[in-house]
Amino acid sequence: MKHSNKKEYARYLLERLYQEIDRPLTVMEVCGTHTVAIAKSGLRDLLPEKMRLLSGPGCPVCVTDDCDLDYVMALARQEGIILATFGDMMRVPGTASSLLQEKSRGAEVRVVYSPADALKLATENRESQVVFLGVGFETTTPVVAAALDQAVQMELKNFSVFSLHKLVPPIMRVLLDDPQVKIDAFLNPGHVCAILGTEPFQFIAKDYGKPCVVAGFETTDILEALLLIVRQYREQSPAVDIQYKRAVRPEGNPVAVGFIEKYFSPITARWRGIGEVPGSGLELREEFAQYDARKRFPITLEPGKSRKGCACGEVLKGIKLPYDCPLFGKSCTPAKPVGPCMVSTEGSCAAYFRYRRQKAGVDH
Amino acid sequence: MKYAEDDLIILGHGSGGTLTNQLIKDVFQEAYGNPVLDELLDAAVLEVDKGRIAFSTDSFVVDPIFFPGGDIGTLAVSGTVNDLAVSGADPLYLSAGFIIEEGLPIADLRRIVKSIRDTAQAAGVQVVTGDTKVVDRGSADKVFINTAGIGLIPTGRHLSPRLMEPGDVVLVSGTMGDHGLTILAQREGLAFSTPVESDCSPVNRITKAVLEAGGDGVRCMRDPTRGGLATTLNELAVQSERGILIQEEEIPFLREVVGACEMLGLDPLYLANEGKVIAVVAPQVADEVLEAMRALPEGQGAVEIGKVIPEEEGLVLLETELGATRILGMLEGEPLPRIC
Repeated sequence: MKHSNKKEYARYLLERLYQEIDRPLTVMEVCGTHTVAIAKSGLRDLLPEKMRLLSGPGCPVCVTDDCDLDYVMALARQEGIILATFGDMMRVPGTASSLLQEKSRGAEVRVVYSPADALKLATENRESQVVFLGVGFETTTPVVAAALDQAVQMELKNFSVFSLHKLVPPIMRVLLDDPQVKIDAFLNPGHVCAILGTEPFQFIAKDYGKPCVVAGFETTDILEALLLIVRQYREQSPAVDIQYKRAVRPEGNPVAVGFIEKYFSPITARWRGIGEVPGSGLELREEFAQYDARKRFPITLEPGKSRKGCACGEVLKGIKLPYDCPLFGKSCTPAKPVGPCMVSTEGSCAAYFRYRRQKAGVDH
Repeated sequence: MKYAEDDLIILGHGSGGTLTNQLIKDVFQEAYGNPVLDELLDAAVLEVDKGRIAFSTDSFVVDPIFFPGGDIGTLAVSGTVNDLAVSGADPLYLSAGFIIEEGLPIADLRRIVKSIRDTAQAAGVQVVTGDTKVVDRGSADKVFINTAGIGLIPTGRHLSPRLMEPGDVVLVSGTMGDHGLTILAQREGLAFSTPVESDCSPVNRITKAVLEAGGDGVRCMRDPTRGGLATTLNELAVQSERGILIQEEEIPFLREVVGACEMLGLDPLYLANEGKVIAVVAPQVADEVLEAMRALPEGQGAVEIGKVIPEEEGLVLLETELGATRILGMLEGEPLPRIC
């Protein structure tokens, strides 16, 4: 499809970037949707050499830890449980199997497009227990909270949530504190900031002195945001800036945040390849324990064997590029993924594999 | 015998006895009877001219069986006719085998059979043999149809990806992804209403026009069904051992398809088409072929989208709107919606 105006504007922004950048800058795009948008447009190859883009831990599927995945598989295998999940989780491998494999062996696994669909499943299958797999950042969590709210009102007895929800600001702090991670600025996730606003990210500018720009997902949005970052560096005035003004207000969406807080409270969560991060996950509040699948269906698991050589952790932190992983494109491909980063459409490995193989010199 | 509005298929309709015979007569023969089928022999006996025979089969298990733009019957005829047509054959005869789940309303079966008749008529083919089986509830989902078809490739006509040369032009006959999106939207009962219809229809008029206009300049044709444009182009690149460079902004899409794909996190390049043709032709005949395609209502949207290149053997590259080049890979697994 032709969008000549947008194209001309993108060319103009690129030209400005070339003229204005005056030092090497490494910018991390935190969000998986940005990773895909950048890869699809081929933007990485068009940017000035001084501008380096790194993909961050912003794909909720990719950061799910093996032991959480194994718990999910064990849940799916239980008689009488219907596991409802977003499609992205189907092919993610735990240490022993994936939901797709469990389904082929007879587990009741259903792909849903929203938590509301899972509620509907529960009302239609009263004799079964419907467990919704809650995966996602602050963008997805309010919708899950809304479904919980409905379940409470309907006094549904056969619906629960397995929360793997995670929070973005704490993991950004982990990255900033890691001496191996060298990031000059962040391209902030537009959807997450539409919910949270800019306040939870102020520490990045104030405590660490790094620019942080909330960006939309069009190529021109990303280019505008990168230009704002360059200008912040030139003017030595790091701040949290909003490029994505058509969707993000500084105060965020207090109603959505209220919903999250009503049903969830922060806990220590495990991030794949990164480890435990205090206050970076969400669990259901004590008063809603009957809707918490972990509490309703406690399972003790033998720790499974993690895959050797998988560099997911370093990739998620931006220390390694996907094709620096020894498994990339060899034993780990989207058709036969070793780690979740290669499964999810928004995973950095999948995005690099799909769009940039030839740059890596990987056999095809 | 006339069936009542609410009559259902029962196991006996597949027994081979009286009920089966009645069903064949009152539903199938009534819709698309012809002298060959009406013989009701164990095999259809056909007269065929000189040339080579193209032979293809396909099974149809689409869910839902009725969708905007067609139904499983339209699809069952188009699918096989199109496989024959893009192989360079003039489609002639089809078989139609039904596996029906007991409890299917006979009215639904009639509707499907009528679509088969109409689509076969539009494609100029005859259904000359068939089969009906009925299975227990739960052993199939409403109805599955297998069609096989034969077509005639006139002497001297030869199409193959191996004929593709650098400089050849890649054409498509219209917008991409309409069928895949329609089915997905129906299947998932998506909350937005999608005014998009499946494109499922026979393409043999288009392929005929391409061959008449392009002659020996036509290298090969494909119908980009499952896996969409991206996957079909990759198959062509691998089979021809050539590279293909596609211009992103030239690929035609309906605005509604692009919009819905954005909402669902899908890439329309990977969505199925059931009434479109990809043709690779020599540059000298490209304009004539395009003109011939556009002269047909079903080929009005035909455009050139790219070229065969000497480099990057076996790969499809996409030049993005901004002028960067990236790989356009094959579909891996099912297209799935995004979660954030």
